[in-house]
Amino acid sequence: MNDMTITRAEREAKLEGMGCKRKRVEDIRFTQGKGNYVDDVKLPGMLHGDFVRSPHPHARIKSIDKEKALKVPGVLAVLTAEDLKGVNLAWMPTLAGDVQMVLADGKVLFQNQEVAFVVATDRYAADDGINAVEVEYEALPVLVDPFHAMDADAPVLREDLEGKTEGAHGPRKHHNHIFEWTVGDRDLTDAAFRKAEVTIKEMISYHRTHPSPLETCQCLCSFDKVKGELTIYGTFQAPHVIRTVVALIAKIPEHKIHVIAPDIGGGFGNKVGAYPGYICAAVASIVTGRPVKWVEDRIENLCATSFARDYHMTTEIAATKEGKVTGLRVHVLADHGAFDACADPSKWPAGFFNIVTGSYDFPTAHLAVDGVYTNKAPGGVAYRCSFRVTEAAYCIERAMDILAQKLGMDPAELRLKNFIRQEQFPYHSALGWEYDSGDYHTAMKKMMDTVDYAGLRREQAEKRAAFRRGETREIMGLGISFFTEIVGAGPSKNCDILGIAMFDSCEIRLHPTGAGIARMGTKSQGQGHETTWAQIIATEIGIPADDIMVEEGNTDTAPYGLGTYGSRSTPVAGAAIAMAARKVKAKAQMIAAYRLEVHEDDLEWDIDGFRVKGLPEKFLGMKDICWIAYNAPPPGMEPGLEAVSYYDPPNMTYPFGAYLCVMDIDVDTGVYKVRRFYALDDCGTRINPMIIEGQVHGGLTEAFAIAMGQEIRYDENGNVVTGSFMDFFLPTAVETPHWETDFTVTPSPHHPIGAKGVGESPNVGGVPAFSNAVNDAFSFLGSTHIQMPHDFWRNWQAAKALGAV
Amino acid sequence: MAKTHVTMRVNGSEVEGLVEPRTLLVHFIRENLALTGTHIGCETTHCGACTVDLDGMSVKSCTVFAVQAEGSEITTIEGIANADGTLSALQEGFRQMHGLQCGFCTPGMIVRAHRLLKENPTPSEEEIRFGIAGNLCRCTGYQNIVKAIQYAAAKINGTEFREAAE
Repeated sequence: MNDMTITRAEREAKLEGMGCKRKRVEDIRFTQGKGNYVDDVKLPGMLHGDFVRSPHPHARIKSIDKEKALKVPGVLAVLTAEDLKGVNLAWMPTLAGDVQMVLADGKVLFQNQEVAFVVATDRYAADDGINAVEVEYEALPVLVDPFHAMDADAPVLREDLEGKTEGAHGPRKHHNHIFEWTVGDRDLTDAAFRKAEVTIKEMISYHRTHPSPLETCQCLCSFDKVKGELTIYGTFQAPHVIRTVVALIAKIPEHKIHVIAPDIGGGFGNKVGAYPGYICAAVASIVTGRPVKWVEDRIENLCATSFARDYHMTTEIAATKEGKVTGLRVHVLADHGAFDACADPSKWPAGFFNIVTGSYDFPTAHLAVDGVYTNKAPGGVAYRCSFRVTEAAYCIERAMDILAQKLGMDPAELRLKNFIRQEQFPYHSALGWEYDSGDYHTAMKKMMDTVDYAGLRREQAEKRAAFRRGETREIMGLGISFFTEIVGAGPSKNCDILGIAMFDSCEIRLHPTGAGIARMGTKSQGQGHETTWAQIIATEIGIPADDIMVEEGNTDTAPYGLGTYGSRSTPVAGAAIAMAARKVKAKAQMIAAYRLEVHEDDLEWDIDGFRVKGLPEKFLGMKDICWIAYNAPPPGMEPGLEAVSYYDPPNMTYPFGAYLCVMDIDVDTGVYKVRRFYALDDCGTRINPMIIEGQVHGGLTEAFAIAMGQEIRYDENGNVVTGSFMDFFLPTAVETPHWETDFTVTPSPHHPIGAKGVGESPNVGGVPAFSNAVNDAFSFLGSTHIQMPHDFWRNWQAAKALGAV
Repeated sequence: MAKTHVTMRVNGSEVEGLVEPRTLLVHFIRENLALTGTHIGCETTHCGACTVDLDGMSVKSCTVFAVQAEGSEITTIEGIANADGTLSALQEGFRQMHGLQCGFCTPGMIVRAHRLLKENPTPSEEEIRFGIAGNLCRCTGYQNIVKAIQYAAAKINGTEFREAAE
């Protein structure tokens, strides 16, 4: 180990630790088609379940006749709400404190709602069975527009809540009202607006969309009647939470539930919650005594499992004539669909939307969110963002541009004038957060220098003049976004899911020969944890990353963790890894001190082992320490070298970034072209720059899709009109712009390795950059705000409305 | 439902099976042949996760019946590696260039790129982007997939791969 012919740099390189662009270990199996996803798992005697779904958005169920279906060859069972009532599972709790029908109980509340579950010997027979189930409906008035949800004569959607004036988050004002959530100082904020020299007010909508990972939600449930044990393979971003929820609602002891999340084909928030398919497959397995698989098809995925966004944000800023912001007031109307199935920490009905003051030093702010029911699919998941943070970032970044326009100021200058200054960190925001660290001015100026912002503005002015002279039909927009994220949920003092504190965990077990295994409470869905987690361990304890196997997704072997979403893995589990590694290292140091016959304090860490201070030849490497730990530990010391850490973070982390989108739009066709997109991200300490860049590319592509066309849209009768990939915009390689990435590094002061998390930043920061580019392009024609998504048709309509066409 | 006997060559081996006339090729490949590398992402021919090579063409096996593939020559992701079991230039390119994340679109993407490079051994970036437009990826933003295919093209052609400047 202490081979003096190997240089320090070579020893470092061999570890492939933090900062290394380590190639992914996952790719060996994925590039050969040897991944193991849920639908690849087959068990003997396995059956398939599939749903009868409602064609109506709101209707009473008069009858369900399953007789014909039961005669279809291969069909073994048809479950309805009546059957589920026998096991008290017709309804299930949601993560947001509401309840949700598993199968339609008396009525349906959204189109494609689950009505009956057909179980058959194969997928085709299950489909035949679905077609043979006869359901008689009586259509009811449909509520689509959230702005009319609380009208006096609005139809009653949730009859189960009739007469309940208290919800999970306080008083309900109306039969379709879910909660009102307020934060901030209303009086102080109102006073700021009364005194303001300049104010803006705009209703900024962030439309309903869907995370739509390429692999849909699916599970395979197998109940062993003899042992009384339930095994669930599933596309779960949070396997332990699923286990606990199943234990609570199905009354199966938690040690008899085995949850396995194998490889997951993307999640983006879609795979956090619990869906009726999981419950029905489990019940069907108990009923039939055979394993039951449920695999959603794409239409079901888009129409029934968790949507995202659907926030309508009336936003006001108060400011001085010079452009110093003095107050922020936001009211959100949140459309939650038929059930409040938001996947937020339980005490946060609007997630962390109170990050809406963004990167700016607002002396005061007030926020109120009203959640309402409509006849739409339930959900409200964090689609590649921390809980409701993308909505907040869009809200404030759009509003800052509107304020700049009103003041006649450059939007970059306005931002620089109002940024929280470096010396203000840790910074206490008006809406209650403590920002850990940031250096906004540096990041913003780096972005402006790199893209030649001043030059782009000059070009834009020339193009506008040319447009006015009739020499071109193309307009140019610059979209700035300077976002601050809040990720890493979270400290147990304010974050839990159904009472489970949102810590995370890592167990490291080193083997005698100097290799080891790390087991985690997280679950990768493409983030590359098997690669990056080993890199943290490599740097912390000097064992090469290649010699560490990372295992996730098996609740029998992994320490309890809350899973992967909200960019929480690096901030929380990444810290747990470092802390577990440090426990291992502390024991290793005792062993080294004993072996090298010095006091522990006389040792110093040197890449991959301990060295006696001042005596460079006296060195003991970690690989040797592993052997000694098992086979010749110091007298009185337990053998073995392993540790587990459950990390409860002291605070969230606050990644930030400066993005710029340069866009050209043809007013006659509405066709846009993203000429340039620059993304500077500051996620603190960088673990694997290759993976960070890949995450940024992917998140920007999602942001591009959302801002420019991706939408779950309902017609006035409550029909989903974007229910397949034909209508739901997923960009191909042709439409997707080229991405330029850059970074600054401002470590988190409270995180053991200073890392902040990055996966979601590009979605959060990207959407406002695209939307601001479109709005900036049209602004000189007299518009202040054009709603997303900005597809060709809507751009053309905007041009027309502004008299440009 | 009455079953039909089908035979075809998959990844160089003769295979046969009994299928319903309505059985999709992707289900025959995944369920009957237990080749689960070919994935299902949409069942409507949009996403390309189920792409296989059928008689020298990239096809989406979720919209081909198994009976239509009677007598055909099929290559799936399991048949893409080099004969000695090492990663092919494309597979290696995807790994080296970080052209995949969750891995779900990857088999279809690689099988498509395999055919693309046979159709056009020296594609430009634009031609690559157009050539893989039938395959959706939700994770990577395609940029590194383009690089992966460029890497493979260079390796196959014995030319030097130069990563385009950011």
